[in-house]
Parts: sequence; C-alpha cells; structure tokens
Amino acid sequence: MTSWIQIGPLNDIPRLGSRVVRTPQGNIALFRTEDDAVFALDDRCPHRNGPLSQGIVHNGRVTCPLHNFVIDLASGRAIAPDEGCTRSYPTKVEGDLVWFAIDHAAVAAE
Amino acid sequence: MLDKTTKQRLIVIGNGMAGIRTVETLLERAPDLYQITVFGSEPYGNYNRILLSPVLAGEKSVDDIILNTQQWYDDNNITLRKGETVAMIDRRTCEVVTDKGERYPYDRLLIATGSNPIVLPIPGADLPGVVGFRDIHDVERMVEASTRFRRAVVIGGGLLGLEAANGLAKRGMQVTVVHLLDSLMERQLDPVAGGMLRKSLEERGMMFKMPAQTQTILGDTHVTGVRFGDGTEVDADLVVMAVGIRPNIELAKKAGLYCERGIVVSDTMQTYDGRIYAVGECVQHRRQTYGLVAPLFDQAKVCANHLAMKGFATYDGSVVSTKLKVTGIDLFSAGDFAPGPDREEVVLQDAHRGVYKRIILSDKKIVGAVLYGDTVDGPWYFQHMRDGTDVSHMRERLVFGAANLGDGGHSGQNSVAAMSDETEICGCNGVCKGQIVEAITAKKLFTIDDVRAHTKASSSCGSCTGLVEQVLAFTLGGDYSAAPNVKPVCSCTDHSHDDVRRVIVEQKLKTIPDVMRFMDWKTPNGCHSCRPAMNYYLLATWPGEYQDDQQSRFINERVHANIQKDGTYSVVPRMWGGVTTPDELRAIADVADKFKIPTVKVTGGQRIDLLGVKKEDLPAVWADLNDAGLVSGHAYAKGLRTVKTCVGSEWCRFGTQDSTGLGIKIEKFMWGSWTPAKVKLGVSGCPRNCAEATCKDVGVICVDSGYEIHFAGAAGLHIKGTEFLTKVATDDEALEVIVALTQLYREQGRYLERMYKWCDRVGLEQIRKQVVDDLANRKALFERFSYSQQFSQHDPWAARARRGVDRNEFVPMAELELA
Repeated sequence: MTSWIQIGPLNDIPRLGSRVVRTPQGNIALFRTEDDAVFALDDRCPHRNGPLSQGIVHNGRVTCPLHNFVIDLASGRAIAPDEGCTRSYPTKVEGDLVWFAIDHAAVAAE
Repeated sequence: MLDKTTKQRLIVIGNGMAGIRTVETLLERAPDLYQITVFGSEPYGNYNRILLSPVLAGEKSVDDIILNTQQWYDDNNITLRKGETVAMIDRRTCEVVTDKGERYPYDRLLIATGSNPIVLPIPGADLPGVVGFRDIHDVERMVEASTRFRRAVVIGGGLLGLEAANGLAKRGMQVTVVHLLDSLMERQLDPVAGGMLRKSLEERGMMFKMPAQTQTILGDTHVTGVRFGDGTEVDADLVVMAVGIRPNIELAKKAGLYCERGIVVSDTMQTYDGRIYAVGECVQHRRQTYGLVAPLFDQAKVCANHLAMKGFATYDGSVVSTKLKVTGIDLFSAGDFAPGPDREEVVLQDAHRGVYKRIILSDKKIVGAVLYGDTVDGPWYFQHMRDGTDVSHMRERLVFGAANLGDGGHSGQNSVAAMSDETEICGCNGVCKGQIVEAITAKKLFTIDDVRAHTKASSSCGSCTGLVEQVLAFTLGGDYSAAPNVKPVCSCTDHSHDDVRRVIVEQKLKTIPDVMRFMDWKTPNGCHSCRPAMNYYLLATWPGEYQDDQQSRFINERVHANIQKDGTYSVVPRMWGGVTTPDELRAIADVADKFKIPTVKVTGGQRIDLLGVKKEDLPAVWADLNDAGLVSGHAYAKGLRTVKTCVGSEWCRFGTQDSTGLGIKIEKFMWGSWTPAKVKLGVSGCPRNCAEATCKDVGVICVDSGYEIHFAGAAGLHIKGTEFLTKVATDDEALEVIVALTQLYREQGRYLERMYKWCDRVGLEQIRKQVVDDLANRKALFERFSYSQQFSQHDPWAARARRGVDRNEFVPMAELELA
C-alpha cells in the first residue's frame, strides 16, 4: 500500500540543498533542485553508506560527501562508471507543500 | 529537436581517431545540430591506430582495438560510408564527389584524412613483400608474412620502425633494423639514450645496420634482400618501410585550399575556406604538424566547440611527449633537447642500473627531458615543462625526480614495465597494475581522468598519478593523451582556474551564476568541484560584498565540523598557539560526558578533537564550549588551521624568543581567513625546532637576532622542507611578512592548491620580490588581508549555537513513525 505523507513547506529545503526526514528505518533525504523539483532518496550512498543529504546538489544529482560518488536524484542510481543504487521515493509539490509517498509493504519486507 | 531536413549537413572525410573524436565531442556539445555523414576508405569502423603495434606483436586482436562499432554510428544517426573514397571537393557548390561520381552536399565540411606512410623512391619499392606500417591491412600483411618467412628488414629506426621490429620479432622473425643515422629515435632521444636503447634491443636479438642508406630493394617476383649505399646486402623475405609519415593533403590541395606541409588551419581549426575545417595529422597549425594522439584530441575538442557554435576555445598548439611501447623498456622523451647557447643540462647516468636521465633547462625552466630505464618522473617533468615552472629552487635535486623532492609513499617503485600485474599501484583504493591495464584495454580509456573514473586508481590522494600515467602510456603504446596543456577546472568547463579568477576580477562578476553564464558553463549548476572553487574566488575577490553560498560549500565548511565515515562529526575547538587552561579542559571533559562523545583525541596541531558527535547535537555542544570561551578551531576549513608552537624563551633554557607569544599573536590576527587550501603554521623558539616549523605552510624559527621566516613546506602526501623566505628583527615585522605572504597566496593560489604547490608554480623569487623586497607591495597585501578579516572573524559556532543561524541545517525536517 502506498500512502502520501505531507512533509512541510518547500522553502524549508534550500535550493540546491537537502533536508532529512527521520524514520525508524533510517533517514530519508529530500533534495530540492534549482527549478524547485523535489526528490527523495534513502540517505545512504550505495558505496559506503555516506549520508547523501550532506552532499553538494547539482544538475539533478548529488555528490556523496565521503568519496564523491555521484547519484542521480530521480532514480537513485550512481552515475557511470560507478555502480550501485539507493532507494528512491515518489514525491510531489502541491502549492507550497512537499509530499512524499512510501510503499509500506516494500519497507516492511526489508 | 530539429527536423532532419532543417538540420545542417556536416560531412567528415576520414574515419580515423581525430575525425571521430571531433564528432563525439560535437555530439556531447550539440547533439541535434547536424546531420552527419562520415566517409572512411578503410572497411572498418573507427579504430585505435596507436594500438596497431600490440596487434602486430600478437598481444591484441583487431576486435580489441575497434573504438566505434557500426552500432555506435547507427545509435547516433550518423551515416558511415565505409570503403567509399571522396575524390573531389566542389567548393563552389559545397559538395563532395566520390570516386563513383556521386555528389553529397555539405554546410560544413571536416577534413580528417590523416597521413600516408612515406615510400622511399628506390628501385624495388613496389615489389611484393614490401609493406608500410600504417593501417590494419598493413598489419595483416605483416602477420601473414611472419607465418611463412623468417627474415625481415625494417627500414627506419624511429618510434614506428622499432615497434614494427619488436612486433615481428615477437612473431618469431629475425629482424634487422636499418637506420639512416647513427642514433636510434634521434627525434626523441639523444645519442646516449639511443645507444642504451640499441644495446637492450640487441640483447633481445634484434640486429642493427646503421648508419646505412638503403639503395635498392632486391628481388624479381618477391623481395629477397636489401642493398645499401656501401655495397653490402642483407637477405630478407619481408621489408617494412617505416621511415615516416606525410600529411595526406591531396584532396585539400585539389580543392584549392591553402596547404604547405599540411593543410594550414587557424586557431579554430578552420582552413582558408571558413566552411571547411581540418583536424589531425593532415593539418599544419602554426607551422607544426603532429603525428601523436594527444594533440589530435586537443584539436578535436576545439574544432567540435566551434562546430557546436560555442566558439570560445582556441587551439594554441601542443607540447608532446613520447613513450616507446616495447615490452620491458622504459623510455620517455618530451620537448626539445638540442644543445644551444642558452641551454643548460642536468644529467644522471648509471650504466650499471641502466638508468639515464637528462633534463634540459633554459631560462630556469624545463624545456626538454629524456629518460631511460627509470621513467616514473616523466609526467612530472612534463607537467613542469608545460606549466613553464621556474625550477631554479629545486635544481640541485631535480634530476632525482619528484620522489626526492618529498613525494611520499611510493619510493622504490619506479619501473612500471617491470612490475607484475599484482603490484599494487594505488594504495588508497587497492588497485593493481593488472586491473588498470585491463580497464584501459577493455573499456578503451585514453586519459588519466578516464582511468580514474573507471578504476579509482589515483583518485584519492593522487600520489600515484605518475605511476598510473605510466601504466596508461605503456598500455596505449607510442603515445597517449596526456592532460591538456591548460587544465580546466572540471568537466563543466574548458576554462582553467586562472581564467575563472581573471574573469571574476575583470568583469566584476559577483555571483556563481553570473560566472557560469559569462563563461558559458556547460552544466546548469556546475558540480562539487567547480562550485566550491568559484565560491572561494568570489569570497577572496570581493570581501564584504560577496554573499557566501552555503550550498556551494563542502559539508565540513557548511556545518563547521568534520564529517566522519559514519556520518557523525568531529569538533575541534581553537587552542591559541596550542595553549589551554584547566577551565577549558574541564569544559571539554564536561561536554564529552554530557553528549556521550565516544572518542577524545589529541591532534597533531596541538589541540583536542571530540569525535563521534551527532549532527543535531552540534549547536548544543558548541554552546557549552562557547560558555568556557572556546571557539571554532576551523579544523574543517580551507583556511587558517593551527599555529603550533614550542614553549620558547618563557620556559625553555634554549629559547631565544617568545615563540608561544608570537604564535598566539599570529593566530589571533589570522584566524577565520579563507585560503585556497588549508594553512598550517609553526613557530619554534630556537633552531632545535621543537614545533617542527620547517615542514609547515609557514614556519618561523626564532634566533637570537630575530626571526627567520620559512614557507612552502609539507608533511602529508608529500614531505618537503620549507624554503627560506627572509629574516626580520621584530615580531611585528614577522607578522607583517607572514600576513602579506598569505594574502598573496589567497590572491594567486588555485583552489585546493597547497602553498608549496603554489610556490612551485609561480617560483620562490617571484614571491620574495612581492612580499620581501617591495615594501609598498607588502604593506598593500597586509592591508587587503586586514580589510577582509573584519568580515570573517566571527565565530561560526556562536552564530549557530546562540543566534539560530542555519537552524534548519541541524534539525530534521520531519520525524515519521512509519507503521
């Protein structure tokens, strides 16, 4: 089952920046691009679990602060030639508010 | 996307490396601008010509060296006309005409016809069994001959000839190399290195006939031998002519384009007809023609930019280096090594070890280098050569290479050719030689950046870069694509650090987006490499005016703490000159208890590090430390870190001056300043140097009569003693010189370039002139530093702990209970 959760105002996330949402399963990082699109990824780099929320955001990507893996925000996939993928979540911005969706079944299955 | 009919038509004549590299770059820059047709007279896709030698030697197959398959042309909507030859260019109607009489119109034309092997005009040159060494067809003929015959003669003792000879020898043939001169590879090697090369090739069974002029190739229906000018003869069943190449300019000449030795092009790679471009070996640029890959790639980039109508790049010519690809022989050559009145040489020759190094200097700069047997420093010399570094201050140690100037970590490993595949090259990432070779061949890599991206070798500390470049050069063979002359900041731009800084000043640019717009950045937001660099340049150029962009700061500088491998942070309060008090220590102990900080460690810079602090605890930790008077130690900053001191004359029976006091005075004046890379200082109270000041960025050695100021030391990746700058009488003067020196570094240093690298690059004398000799300039530098300090000396911890600055950074946006 997928449910949409309202997180908060868009302006709470800096442009080309990130904020985290804390969950019992670990942090989820919300990223805001230059054109105000919002993406949500598990806050764990597929390389060595670096906190992606702490990275520099650029061109729909984020660079992990630990070893400079570059992750595509939309898919969670590492940019080639690096390999690996982190979980991504659907998001939407309605008016000024950011929402993201979580698939409870998939999370519970882990 | 533009419709096919409205797209401009680009025709490329030549399916070789230069032409296709241009097309590849063009597709990256402007994927939809042109409808592209490529004519190639060989029946293959584009292949890596420099790997023909390993194919001949049986180390690789033809399939291994194909760069672009038919699939690639299809995927990119490029029409490839394989095996079709362009016979004529009709410039009046803007059409090319094939040998079958078909006409194809173009809007822009790119000529990349490469070169032809020179065929000696001697009797017998057209006999069966005489081949050139230029394309896959030639290699196939040689391989076929090696299965049927035993004796080969290679005419030409240059790079190409020796690689051909090596390949044939590996296929079991008995090879004699014939050379017109008395020294091998005379364009790349001096006679000594040429002699050493000859000796080691002879030990492998190769035979030489030199100096010798080939007069006739003997035989009636097939080659049987070669006769020389002195009347002697050598028997042969195969003769390879490898005496050189000549730019292939027939087509251009017929079309009335201006040619000399090659097709003459401008700095934008255009011929005298502005619609027609030319790149590669067929080109003559500023009187030079090139036969190596690196310059072709530089040209391709400029040409593609121009075709993409992003016309800011120009080609300024290339400095080239050469490696010989013969297994087991390490040889490197670059630049110009002819003797001359203004030339000086530094030579090291050790016949027993088989090592020879000759560095040619002119006007304090390296202009050429020949290395034999130990070539690990080739790229290092080459870099200094291209940068035009003033090397006078390291002259006495120059010939021993970077390792003896303090390169740590890899001593003893300096011969890549002799290494086994299991030898670890990159200690940071655990990458072995074999893995690098495998990646280069399997993934068709050409540049050090490619190798870094795919293998991670040399991508961390970078101290093995020279070795990785060697592996690359060795694997690719005769030549490879070295880093371009002027290094761009990153792949987001073609501009260098110096360009960016100059344009910021000249154009009075005040924001990162302004810089990116003005300089035509290739990506909308830049990246993790260029944004922090631009942020620094703007900050250093416009103090008080520029608004620091937090999102362009690396995380440590954004949150004023050091990120650790588990995502927690470390906190280091400032201890002025390394001096603390019982109250401060109590406060640190209390904070460690209160926040359950797992590790408390003494640092090398005479401070205390609290490790494992959770990000959300940072403001509260700082608040408690602030209460005891402790402020940020900027242990995370590209800025002033520490001033390490000894106890000096206050306590020590040997101390000559109050080194602790001077250290504190310097630190109080300079803290909070941002610099290109971190800056660490030391002040020692006497020449015993207990504060280890002579391996710091700036070090002071107190003596009875005053203060010696040293700088440009290093004790990390590289170990390097400082250079002596000057001696002053008072502590005020010492402060003034150190501040002026740091300001000059702030204004000239490239982002992430440590002070010793900056000094290497601009030269000790230049720096001394500006901060020691020119008193007015010293004062002006001091004033500029002081001015910018009023905007940067605010404790960032207090701002966050007390005044709610960046509050959002430290708290989660939401907490969810996911059922």
